[in-house]
Amino acid sequence: MHQTRRSVIKAGGAAALLAAFGGALLNPGRAQAAWNKGAFEAKSALDAMRALGLANVEDSKAIDIRAPEIAENGAVVPIDITSNIPGTTSISVFIEKNPFPYTGSFDFSQGAVAYVHLRVKIGESSPVRVVATAGGKHYTSVKEVKVTIGGCGG
Amino acid sequence: MKRVLVLGTLAVACAAAAQTPDPTAAEFDKFREIMEQDNPAELFEVKGEELWRKPRGPKNASLEKCDLGLGPGVVKGAYAQMPRYFADVDRVMDAEARIVHCMITLQGFTYAELAKQPFSSLTRTPDPVSIVTYVAAQSRGMKLAAPQNHPKERDTYEAGKAIFFYRAGSFDFSCTSCHGVDGQRIRTQPLPNFTKPEQAIRAVQGWPGYRMTGGVMHSLQWRMNDCYRQQRFPEPGYASETVSALLSYLTVNANGQVYRGPGIKR
Amino acid sequence: MAEPMKIRATLQGDVADVRVLMAHPMETGQRKDAAGKLVPLHFIQTITGQLNGKTVFTADVSQAVSRNPVFAFKVKGAKAGDKLSVTWQDNTGDKRTDEVVIRAGS
Repeated sequence: MHQTRRSVIKAGGAAALLAAFGGALLNPGRAQAAWNKGAFEAKSALDAMRALGLANVEDSKAIDIRAPEIAENGAVVPIDITSNIPGTTSISVFIEKNPFPYTGSFDFSQGAVAYVHLRVKIGESSPVRVVATAGGKHYTSVKEVKVTIGGCGG
Repeated sequence: MKRVLVLGTLAVACAAAAQTPDPTAAEFDKFREIMEQDNPAELFEVKGEELWRKPRGPKNASLEKCDLGLGPGVVKGAYAQMPRYFADVDRVMDAEARIVHCMITLQGFTYAELAKQPFSSLTRTPDPVSIVTYVAAQSRGMKLAAPQNHPKERDTYEAGKAIFFYRAGSFDFSCTSCHGVDGQRIRTQPLPNFTKPEQAIRAVQGWPGYRMTGGVMHSLQWRMNDCYRQQRFPEPGYASETVSALLSYLTVNANGQVYRGPGIKR
Repeated sequence: MAEPMKIRATLQGDVADVRVLMAHPMETGQRKDAAGKLVPLHFIQTITGQLNGKTVFTADVSQAVSRNPVFAFKVKGAKAGDKLSVTWQDNTGDKRTDEVVIRAGS
């Protein structure tokens, strides 16, 4: 669906305001832009992306996701993400098969490199989706991580 | 009859798996090594050092006079040289058994209270586990050198070997059922052959380990106990001579190889 | 009570490579304790990194982050001797800040 840039920005702005307002009600102590409860409680990556105002997302080969093909233990899966898209201001991570896919957003706009390492819980074999935001546009890449039943404890 | 069947199964497993190195296991190793560079075990090393230095127990004393084999209070390098013989108790002790001994003699704790719940749970890490993590970290990068100079050190090695090969329990298992043959695997985990030096290192490397399952710290005392449980054997005594003997056998087999410090385990 | 973090900040050129290890249970609210009761949701929600007191990195995360989290990020325009601090806050309002001095890389 083709949307004009103006309407995308408007939609993104409204969603962000709603998230901030809703978040502030639920977390009265927080002064800053609030933790996006709507996105974090969404049951699908798509719903979470909508709640975050991530629309018109293009596939990109310039997002590097480093994670094991098969995780030794789904409780601790290391993920290394680098966005090579110039001007990347933030990235968001979604573990599509998790009960709540939206796992986090990382903001680099105040002086960080577009890179993050995190370790996550993956409940079952799942695509790990990353959305990078650069110049107001959104780009995505995905990597499949398999989770198995392991062996003993050694 | 049963014995032949078990051996037959092992032989088939061995033949099937021994052909190519396991790529899944190699990937696990690679990512585990990456994760060990920032290891939650470090949180327990810090806690362990606090417990080492703090005056505690009925005698309100620290562990700083504990002799781990290199002299009172010498922690650096001690873990890599254990298990070893200690004259004051006339037996070979592994690191955790020695720490328990020092907590009893220097600080006034009792064996009963330390042995009651000696293994980590989600809500509690026993003090000896944190302390042995700290002690082990001080041997990071050193070559394993469990001594075999004293006659009791050699006897303990032989006892450990005998225990390793001893078949018992309802499964008629011994440690060798899993760890005495090349190329075996249980689900996704390869089972190293600890009778061989180049594979025995895997019995010691990465222990004490931060276990991803549950996010808890576990030492070799726990691992030996869990092996016994998996074989359907009665539990070995915590910090007992049995466990020290087994650890002596495994460590001496791995001697000469570099110990990388507390690791991450499944 | 919030336990200390372990932070390492090493310079690579003018970029500080920051690695943080946090002590936190990151409970999902799905786990049952030994008595069969659900352990309540208890997890870090926000993380910020500051260079000499100025925020340079922010993150919002969920309970899907692993127990005893490890994060790494890279800060631009850093020098040896600069102060690097990390703050986390969890869903109970508990927070923790720890600070290190940025070391020159080897």
